Amino acid sequence: MTSAILQHIRSYILSNFLFSDDETLLDNHASFLENGIIDSTGVLELVLFVEDTFEVTVNDQDIVPENFDSATRLAHYIQTKLEASHAVGAPVP
Amino acid sequence: MPLVHQFLEASAALTPNKIALICGERYTYAELDRLANQVAHALCALGLERGDRVAIWLPNSVEAVVALFGILKAGGVFVPVNPATKPDKISYLLSDSGARFLIASGRNLAPSSALAELSPNLVAAIACGGPAPSYAIPWATLLTGPAPRPPHPGTIDLDLACLIYTSGSTGEPKGVMSTHANVAFAATAITTYLENVPDDIVINVLPLSFDYGLYQLLMVCLFGGTLVLERSFAFPAAVLRRIAEERVTGLPGVPTLFATLLQMDLDKFPLESLRYLTNTAAALPVAHIQELRRAFPRARVFSMYGLTECKRALYLPPEELDRRPGSVGIPIPGTEAWLEDECGQHVPPGGTGQLVIRGPHVMQGYWNAPELTAARFRPGRNPAERLLYSGDLFRQDEEGFFYFLSRTDDIIKSGGEKVAPKEVEHILYSLPGVAEAAVVGVPDQILGEAVKAIIVPRPGAQLTDRDVLRHCTQHLEPHLVPRIVEFRASLPRTDNGKQDRRLLREPCAASLA
Repeated sequence: MTSAILQHIRSYILSNFLFSDDETLLDNHASFLENGIIDSTGVLELVLFVEDTFEVTVNDQDIVPENFDSATRLAHYIQTKLEASHAVGAPVP
Repeated sequence: MPLVHQFLEASAALTPNKIALICGERYTYAELDRLANQVAHALCALGLERGDRVAIWLPNSVEAVVALFGILKAGGVFVPVNPATKPDKISYLLSDSGARFLIASGRNLAPSSALAELSPNLVAAIACGGPAPSYAIPWATLLTGPAPRPPHPGTIDLDLACLIYTSGSTGEPKGVMSTHANVAFAATAITTYLENVPDDIVINVLPLSFDYGLYQLLMVCLFGGTLVLERSFAFPAAVLRRIAEERVTGLPGVPTLFATLLQMDLDKFPLESLRYLTNTAAALPVAHIQELRRAFPRARVFSMYGLTECKRALYLPPEELDRRPGSVGIPIPGTEAWLEDECGQHVPPGGTGQLVIRGPHVMQGYWNAPELTAARFRPGRNPAERLLYSGDLFRQDEEGFFYFLSRTDDIIKSGGEKVAPKEVEHILYSLPGVAEAAVVGVPDQILGEAVKAIIVPRPGAQLTDRDVLRHCTQHLEPHLVPRIVEFRASLPRTDNGKQDRRLLREPCAASLA
């Protein structure tokens, strides 16, 4: 499940922030900000992507580096949110 | 006037054990001062001479803070560079400033295989953390010697303290020369009207490469307060949490930051410690000022206006906010300003004209650019004096308060950052398949203005917006990358054949995309 989420995040980042299909450009553990992959406004776009794609509500307090600053962290966060809403197995487009 | 590094030295002498900086860890004034002394001696040992420029290409960090004061203590001139700057531009900045030393993150240095690749002027590059290349000197080696006292390079307040690069309509960034006296005067004037006291705790989320962010550090050291230094405002909730934890009293921001805050549920965060909010870089919409006052009833809101060429020109005393919410106020203490028309005649209160600024905060001009300097910095009333022609149109009310109307150049203000269309167009033209390109600002709720690229492809070229964005992301800092790309068959022109920028800003029914 997490790997499907992770793959989805990866393709979103590659296509919308790195504008590339080259999978080697994105390390799952790399900080989005430290590596210049996304900037401040990019974080807000990422939140919208998570809400629209995974049908979860992201609270303001959740938008912190621990949840949003790498592909792995974000996948883990989404997984936790889906489990909390008893929606494991819910549609992952 | 005190020298800029003496801000730190004086506070270290007065309150050595007070926390000066919170940046991951906590640093006292005595610790910061000792680290800066070590860096100063190490730079002198590497051959730094009085007046040498030293570029700092680091994210907001303790290393950036220590580097800056260390450079000044050694008699050098610091040149702060945005950490997101790309290789082409860093080479330009290094060669234009003639920097002999570079202090950078290992990650930023890594793509360059030799020192000379960055700039032929460089004597040494110092790497902070990360995968540093072999030619770089590790930062930690600068911090080894005992250094109870700083070196004595003989600096006086007429010497340059920093070159701050700012975008201009020519497209090439220009280095604004600030002496120690300029910086000390501006910092003192601003802390005077903000009524800063040593108990103030200021949070800075703006890059230290931006004068507004840089001065937060300098001013805190001047009044002996505490600076909470954050990397950025990318995670607003994390910043709000820090404000609550550290009982922050001062929040400097730009309109984009405040627009983001106003979209959040602020009741979730205990923010009653905030005593003041400041805004500059672009005007705050009046509706946002009113919402901010409702959201932060205990905080005074300062609307301000400035430009790197004088640091800050105007501020609105908060008690005037209800009467004239659209105003950016009056000249900062110890300075004056007035409006002039196109013939250079004074415009009396009630009229509109270009803002002209006079005072000890007017900087020395642009580094290595006498013609640009002469256009902006013109002779004043006394032989050694220069007046600053802001290039911005204002209105002045009958009681002397100023209202920003518009810029007289093409510069776009996006997210509080200046974007020179020419700088972005230059990169667009380097993309194969682009016949013509134009860059304009279009209204955006959060950014104020969003950068839009309009492209005329060469016949037969198969360009997509993704191609354009990928190219821009590789060659431009994030704030310069267009948010919108539009393809057209041709660009609108004025009668004399120049691009018609007014028509360019309007949506085009005949776009190709």
